[in-house]
Amino acid sequence: MPRLDRPILVLAILAALALLSIAAFMTLGVRGNWPFVLEYRGRKVLGLMLVAWCVGVSTVLFQTVTGNRILTPSIMGFDALFVLIRTAVVFFFGFGVLATLPDQAQFGAEVLAMTGFAVLLFQWLFLRGQRSLHLMVLVGIVFGVLFRNLSAFMQRMLDPVEFQSLQDSFFASFGRIDPTLLGVSLLLVAGASLAAWRISHAFDVLILGREQAISLGVPYRRMVAAILCIIAVLVAVATALVGPVTFFGLLVVSLAHVLCGTGRHRYILPASVLLGIICLVGGQTLLERVFAFDTALSIIIEFLGGLIFIILLIRGAAR
Amino acid sequence: MTHPAALPCAILAVVLLAALSLFVGVTDIAPMDVLRGQADARQMQVLLASRVPRTLALVLAGAATAVAGLVMQMIVRNRFVEPSTTGTVESAGLGLLVVTVLAPGMPVMGKMLIASLFALAGTALFMRILRMVPLRDVLLVPLVGIMLGGVIGAVTTFFAYRFDLLASVGAWSMGDFSGVLRGRYELLWLAGALAVAAYAAADRLTLAAMGRDFTTNLGLNYRSTMVLGLIIVSLVSATVLVTVGVIPFLGLIVPNVVSLMIGDNMRRTVPWVAVMGTGFVLICDILGRTIRAPYEIPIATMLGVIGSAAFLFLLLRRRHHAAP
Repeated sequence: MPRLDRPILVLAILAALALLSIAAFMTLGVRGNWPFVLEYRGRKVLGLMLVAWCVGVSTVLFQTVTGNRILTPSIMGFDALFVLIRTAVVFFFGFGVLATLPDQAQFGAEVLAMTGFAVLLFQWLFLRGQRSLHLMVLVGIVFGVLFRNLSAFMQRMLDPVEFQSLQDSFFASFGRIDPTLLGVSLLLVAGASLAAWRISHAFDVLILGREQAISLGVPYRRMVAAILCIIAVLVAVATALVGPVTFFGLLVVSLAHVLCGTGRHRYILPASVLLGIICLVGGQTLLERVFAFDTALSIIIEFLGGLIFIILLIRGAAR
Repeated sequence: MTHPAALPCAILAVVLLAALSLFVGVTDIAPMDVLRGQADARQMQVLLASRVPRTLALVLAGAATAVAGLVMQMIVRNRFVEPSTTGTVESAGLGLLVVTVLAPGMPVMGKMLIASLFALAGTALFMRILRMVPLRDVLLVPLVGIMLGGVIGAVTTFFAYRFDLLASVGAWSMGDFSGVLRGRYELLWLAGALAVAAYAAADRLTLAAMGRDFTTNLGLNYRSTMVLGLIIVSLVSATVLVTVGVIPFLGLIVPNVVSLMIGDNMRRTVPWVAVMGTGFVLICDILGRTIRAPYEIPIATMLGVIGSAAFLFLLLRRRHHAAP
């Protein structure tokens, strides 16, 4: 049965490449103090892997829920919403209040607020009757623009010093990950992933669409609401760690589909995550060690992802 | 459908807004003092070197951007586009970046011309991609445009990053009238002239919007009309970008509102679009200057909030399944 073998082979190759990237990232160009370097880089790699996991899983699940291949939570303004909530917290309560809270507690509260908001908004968008796909995407993009501009508006109203420190945290950068958030991020991601694992039997059915899923006995609304919650947590973690990235998820999931040649979640999910690790860790290694750029990785990913999006649109894969 | 006195009334309202805009700002200038000749030299200097140019720039950029949006919608035959959702503005930005890197000493006029050429090329690329798209959904058109803009924007950001010009690119991409002074806005008269040109060509553009076969049947050169429209759109985008930066959503919202009011005959809509575009920009600018005085909120942010909310309303207002 050669058809079954292909995804497994692909996964094996991807895993090997991912391990290779991690090894290269950890060891290339180290001079002197090995334990220190390994610990420092180990944290970075852990952060990048966590981001790859979050983006890969959330994008695949989002495409499953919405039943099409060109959406990612980011295109739908999910992470812009997170930036908006963060700005709004600073705007209404000030940095003073925030400074008294530990980072982790603050982050947890933000994730909760965002999950609530996102689930309400996207349930309203997706579960209210049938709408055309292009309308949904366009609405999502414009929501993203609205969120970004509202954030910018509030940021302008802030004290210039507060504005500066807030703005710095919103430029997507894979080179700079806040290590204090790693622990709480791991915890949140583990929780969300466990929840996803427990309902994973339904994923392959959900992708068949609402009517099919219901007639096959899946509690559709409850399932979709749960998945949207999981996605919200994952996106919040990724955004908090590296800032908003629009096309990264689209890039890895599209590649995963091309490579695996199947839509089954047991292959697509790990393939997307592994590709994410290769892109982030491998890309960062190449750029940092070989080309000596620094934060340009996010720009390159935006460019490639945007191109893939246009190609998908033109080829009519949108249907 | 509209009352004959409606347009003059609207123009009067915009003139009043423009007058108001002259007297909003950090330096207190009382209108009566100026009329009686009692304003001191410093006040007069602020008025003539900063306030009047700013208001003129607002009027010209507002009218031209809104009209360019209308022309774009006619050419692409789609209600949901404007130069900033078709990659035109981003292409102009890329052109501006290229000149800044390769020939930083070039006079503004030359920079603007190069930016226009890039804008033209970017728009042509957009139209070409559109022709390749198999299914013709109305909403697909702005979608492709926004994504193309994103890709071109990523290229711009990449090179700006390499050449340490991210700050300049940030300044272009965010429309802001606070830097407008005498001697720094005059290019916008060209944009205003182009809006007038659009009015002169209104009938032809209206026909071209009916499609190639229809236009050719009526004995009009479809191709040259399209090129004319593209040139107007690209030149306006480039001039506005070079002088004040991107003014988002204006060209999208205003023509749609006008179309709801009085329909699609361009001969009648162009004056309305120009007047309402000007009024909209003036209101946003006055608000941006007063909400947080003495600081100000850039017009791009004001319009981004109002414009995207209005766009969402337009999108969700009715079902689009029936549309062609």
